[in-house]
Amino acid sequence: MGDPGTKELLSLEELEASGQLRTGRKHVLTILVENKPGVLTRIAGLFARRGFNIDTLTVGPTDDEHISRVTLTVDGALHPIDQVTKQLHKLINVLKIRDLEPDETVTRELALFKVAVDGTQRAEVLQLTDIFRGRIVDVTRRSIIVEITGTTDKIESFEALLRPFGMVEMMRTGEIAISRGRGET
Amino acid sequence: MRAVDAVMECLKAEGVDVVFGYPGGANLPTYDAFVDAGIRHVLVRHEAGGGHAAAGYAKATGRVGVALGTSGPGATNLVTPIMDAMMDSVPVVFITGQVRTELLGTDGFQEADILGITMPAVKHSWMIQHPLEIPRVLHEAFHVARTGRPGPVVVDIPTDLSKADIPYEPVSDVHLPGYQVTVEGNVKQIRQAAKALASSRRPVIYAGGGVILSEASAELTEFALSDRFPVTNTLNGLGGFPGTHEQFLGMLGMHGTRAANYAMDEADLICAIGARFDDRITGKLSEFAPRAKFIHIDIDPAEISKNVPAHIPIVGDAKHILVKLVNEYRALGADPARLEEWWQRIQGWKERHPLHYTDSSDTEIKPQRAIQAIYEATGGDAIVTSDVGQHQMWAAQYYNFDKPRRWINSGGLGTMGFGLPAAMGAAVGMPDEVTVCVTGDGSVQMNSQELATCVANRIPVKVFILNNGYLGMVRQWQELFWDNRYSHVDMGQSPDFVKLAEAYGATGLRLTNKETLVDDLRGAIATEGPVVVDIRVTREENVYPMIAPGAAAREMVG
Repeated sequence: MGDPGTKELLSLEELEASGQLRTGRKHVLTILVENKPGVLTRIAGLFARRGFNIDTLTVGPTDDEHISRVTLTVDGALHPIDQVTKQLHKLINVLKIRDLEPDETVTRELALFKVAVDGTQRAEVLQLTDIFRGRIVDVTRRSIIVEITGTTDKIESFEALLRPFGMVEMMRTGEIAISRGRGET
Repeated sequence: MRAVDAVMECLKAEGVDVVFGYPGGANLPTYDAFVDAGIRHVLVRHEAGGGHAAAGYAKATGRVGVALGTSGPGATNLVTPIMDAMMDSVPVVFITGQVRTELLGTDGFQEADILGITMPAVKHSWMIQHPLEIPRVLHEAFHVARTGRPGPVVVDIPTDLSKADIPYEPVSDVHLPGYQVTVEGNVKQIRQAAKALASSRRPVIYAGGGVILSEASAELTEFALSDRFPVTNTLNGLGGFPGTHEQFLGMLGMHGTRAANYAMDEADLICAIGARFDDRITGKLSEFAPRAKFIHIDIDPAEISKNVPAHIPIVGDAKHILVKLVNEYRALGADPARLEEWWQRIQGWKERHPLHYTDSSDTEIKPQRAIQAIYEATGGDAIVTSDVGQHQMWAAQYYNFDKPRRWINSGGLGTMGFGLPAAMGAAVGMPDEVTVCVTGDGSVQMNSQELATCVANRIPVKVFILNNGYLGMVRQWQELFWDNRYSHVDMGQSPDFVKLAEAYGATGLRLTNKETLVDDLRGAIATEGPVVVDIRVTREENVYPMIAPGAAAREMVG
């Protein structure tokens, strides 16, 4: 039996505010999993049913074809990371999990920006791209596509600079991460 | 051999002696294999009955239960038993049929994505991709179900693959790199726990179903007796410590005894063993055991500090840890006199607040009295299953379970319709014991069709219905928390349970005389075959004491 209405009801404003608490440190979890059907569903399902929100999620192969790597970022203020990792550990296809320390981690994200430009603006965008070490991958008379890799911060500042030109579309991959030094991630 | 014959070989190799199931198009090959396999199959009347029966079997015997269903509706009917087994950590292997591989994903007839549907409700699951995998996957399934924190697993087998011809070789060991169980507890932490216990002045042992799952009842008792530690059990832990022992405080939680809940409230150290701090135990979390430090022993690391932060966590199997803990504790030579004051206080609560009810009427049978009569009539030694509701709480309160695996109920999920099929499974697994199902007039109607299974298979369960004409627990909540606004809890026209029993070929009895109740129940138990006993009890009786949901333990009422 569920519990009766003995608790104070939340107002709509309070409900809304409780959904917007996103202030904590971002956690980057890197998870080695068996390369088998349904593994990603199990991970995503676990997050969903425990009310944990995934910020970004990338999956790719490792040097061992039987093993894939999932890189996942979550908001640490919203979720008890300890509980998240313990629950993930219980999944039988999960081999290893690391909660990476930001200082000891190299992270990269790839983004593609399609910007609306005319003749005069094009030079400006090219210049910005050069400064951010991006690459132009497509040019038409009225638009330009820029590719950029880097940390989330870098991509976000680049995006902010491009936005005034007229952002037609943008795509971001979510982060991948690897620990510094000789140790395995 | 055919893959389905390999399935039978695997079941035999895993020691399976009985399977509860229901055939259909997608598992016809498996059913064909039963003809020659020499494994007992109990044909249930609904897959849910089969799933709960497998759980009842597992809970009573400690072995892995097995339930079969076909694809589509057969598989989806197993969802409730799967979730139920998950919540109570019951080792059950569910094998479902699936449509042919070429039909997968086409919305074929009787196709259901049972792996997807059950993913949040299983310990692990597999869909067979290639017939050669079948033996390995089945052995992995049994291994995962029974080891560590036990739980339900699902193996989904597409029909065409189950008909394939494969070589069968027995699988001797299971290799699952992502599945490691910590059995031995950390020695340092165990030593730390022993020290904390030795210096505590108001300790309580809070033991859950994990003690029973790890067969650690004897070790728990020895640990409790190594000093005068007071012990309380959760609903699922009943029988893990002898219910009639003087150091037993009774069950704790929402309908626990005052002695147990007050002791938790005033404890300075709580040693939780195989228990998970469920909300029915803690009540208002912020006011739960406010003075206590916690030792938490559990085989599932994710349980530790999930709800209540543990000061001394010990991950591992309760049996192993308790053996070491007792040795460590004895070596410290703690002074038992330090617990004298604590016991005086506990004794005071026990004497002032025993479980009680008013039995003033000369004619009415009080439900609590009915449970006491069942206790007397069975000599306190039956396997008792229950459904969910008031009768379940009264059975937990008034039947003093002295041994483990005698109390089988749906603790975590709270599944109505669990009791009768679970009793059926328990009775199949433990044919020499008396198995009774304590149920309500509401609950029993959720799976009463399994009476037919009991009759057809000569499974002699005794079903005791505490019949008050209400969905009693819901009615109680409406009375207490919804200003007596009784909404849809009057069962109205229930069947005549005596005639219902007779229609199925069982014996039906109606008991209304409180004077002869115990003798009448003895007579029912002595009657051969399945018996349904309709016990008319007081219509509006509440389960007390009670901690209102969201309230603190010291705010008990009734």
